[in-house]
Amino acid sequence: MWKFILRRLVVMIPQLFLLSIIVFMMAKAMPGDALSGQELNPNSNPAELDRIREELGLNDPWYQQYGRWAANAVQGDFGISYTHKTPVMDVIEDRLWNTVFLAFVTLIFTYMLAIPLGILSGRYNDTWVDKTVTGYSYLGFGTPIFIFALIMLFIFGFALDWLPSGGSVDSKVDEGTFAYVVSKINHLILPALSTALIATTSTIQYLRNEIIDNKIKDFVRTARSKGVPESNVYSRHILRNSFLPIAAFLGYEITGLIGGSVIIETIFSYPGLGQLFLSSVNLRDFSVVTAIVMMTGFATLLGTLLSDIILSAVDPRIRIE
Amino acid sequence: MNKAILKIENLTTSFRIGNKYHAAVDDVSFTVAENEIVAVVGESGCGKSALALSIMQLHNKLRTKSEGTIHYNGQNLLKLNDTQMNKVRGKELGMIFQEPLTALNPLMTIGKQIEENLDYHTSLSKDEKKQRTIELLTQVGIPYPERTYKQYPHELSGGMRQRAMISIAIACNPALVIADEPTTALDVTIQAQILDLLKDIQTRTKMGIILITHDLSVVAEVADRIVVMYAGQVVEMGSVKEIFSNPLHPYTRSLLNSIPSATHEKNRLHVIEGIVPSIAKMDRVGCRFQDRIPWISKHAHEERPQLHEVDKGHFVRCTCYKQFYFQAEGDESTHDITQSR
Ligand SMILES: Nc1ncnc2c1ncn2[C@@H]1O[C@H](COP(=O)(O)OP(=O)(O)OP(=O)(O)O)[C@@H](O)[C@H]1O
Ligand code: SF4
Ligand SMILES: [Mg+2]
Repeated sequence: MWKFILRRLVVMIPQLFLLSIIVFMMAKAMPGDALSGQELNPNSNPAELDRIREELGLNDPWYQQYGRWAANAVQGDFGISYTHKTPVMDVIEDRLWNTVFLAFVTLIFTYMLAIPLGILSGRYNDTWVDKTVTGYSYLGFGTPIFIFALIMLFIFGFALDWLPSGGSVDSKVDEGTFAYVVSKINHLILPALSTALIATTSTIQYLRNEIIDNKIKDFVRTARSKGVPESNVYSRHILRNSFLPIAAFLGYEITGLIGGSVIIETIFSYPGLGQLFLSSVNLRDFSVVTAIVMMTGFATLLGTLLSDIILSAVDPRIRIE
Repeated sequence: MNKAILKIENLTTSFRIGNKYHAAVDDVSFTVAENEIVAVVGESGCGKSALALSIMQLHNKLRTKSEGTIHYNGQNLLKLNDTQMNKVRGKELGMIFQEPLTALNPLMTIGKQIEENLDYHTSLSKDEKKQRTIELLTQVGIPYPERTYKQYPHELSGGMRQRAMISIAIACNPALVIADEPTTALDVTIQAQILDLLKDIQTRTKMGIILITHDLSVVAEVADRIVVMYAGQVVEMGSVKEIFSNPLHPYTRSLLNSIPSATHEKNRLHVIEGIVPSIAKMDRVGCRFQDRIPWISKHAHEERPQLHEVDKGHFVRCTCYKQFYFQAEGDESTHDITQSR
């Protein structure tokens, strides 16, 4: 098991290396650089800008630039953000945590909805309960997340004014206090719930179909032949087997949320990685962009590994050597 | 005869297809006594599993209805609710299924699956349950019971899985075990071992067994009585000796003739052509077998042939058997009715 994890981590190195080259080249291919914006400033001196470029090594061949960048990146140093004038890691750190919190809460909401609804729908399939849940699922499939998020924002953020409509924390509360934590959570609810209400529908349907498949399996009949009461036939046999693929999917789900947070974070002006990414692209903040892409890539690889580990942990038929 | 454990009377089980019910088990009656193995024999689709699942009440109640009575221990199983039936299933009646791989939960250890039976029907402590489980695994001839206790179904061979399945069925010392084609999915050599094991357990525990199979040769050595089913009905029933020495129903004869044996070198294929009709298409007026014996004129048969007792304990559902039966006495060539085709 540990050997397997170690081996997978080692395999990630060339994958990340490849990713880093692609990311670096693409970022370089973006029109302009961090100083382009200042050329529009009538007070700036083009000769001076060129001198700064030279100093920053922006005129060196790409592989030299890449080499410098990669050597530092390995040590967790992604350089200085041109726009924020601080180390990239400092810019990213807070945002990263915000995104992780958001992803975590979204996941909790997603499963809090998917598990009971999926079970009800699968256990009582083709009844009105199931038809209602399935109806909701189809609505969820058909609704674009950004439209739904805007509607949620309008209703709960403005019309009813129950929840904050933007940001990640109230600026009036002090860090470290209880009120601060409450405020953080309040800011999370709306974006997390909006994502979860839509994202959960695919998990509901997945769980429902797993249950319907499993409840006619031979081993379920065997359980009944032992005199196991129906509620335990579900909890000990049908549900355990139905959760299996969903548990295994958790890893992918997490990376999906981190990568896919751009839309939600922008709509709720939530200061997370996605929002930072978008603004950094606009500002051509090359070092921040590459750092975020690299981190997301790394998270994706870790998510895949996590899924494999979970699967081998819950399914005795899959043993990883 | 020993005391009867299970008495099935006029059991009819119908499945809903579309909005109509069709009987897959049609007016079946027979008894099983303690210390007795009753074999239920018939081709695929004759309603053997439907019968077994009716006794255990394991059919989907929304699409199935069972009528008649199944007497067990002074109660009619068909009248019990789920809670009452759960006290009977696993404790008084055990069941062994055909396909031991799919019949076992892939995510549960063998030990846990056997113990689950003890969980609901005994008040043993955790340690006692484990001890009992190891004991059961030893009884069914599993070589390393301690190890198998912790193994998962996929780690065992087919024969070992079926042994584990048997230990689940007998965990609570049931009065009756229903084995639905317990050897069909196994290799020939393993088949014999499993049958011997069942016979062994039965001799030791004096329990009754309903042994379902489509292969008469399987039951010759182990069964006491044979119930031959065709298209949901019992067509012949009697002691093993009677059925093998004096088969009367043409269907029974065709089943017997399809047993490969040295004396039948000349006519290797004795199976009567045709297939068991599906339950929706069954002819419920005439004799259900008549399509498959075209050499007998349709008019020769009674409508809805009834079971007649032709000898003590020997029943047959065929009115015309006498025609070829008595002919056979004198004329050797018509003895084997399948030959006259
Ligand atoms: N749940 C069901 N719904 C509808 N029809 C069914 C159902 N179960 C069985 N049948 C039908 O009832 C008939 C008897 O089936 P059954 O499974 O009892 O046969 P069997 O004798 O056990 O055959 P096999 O040797 O293949 O196991 C078949 O025609 C089958 O198609
Ligand atoms: S009653 Fe007639 S058709 Fe039916 S089994 Fe007997 S001989 Fe054949
Ligand atoms: Mg069957």
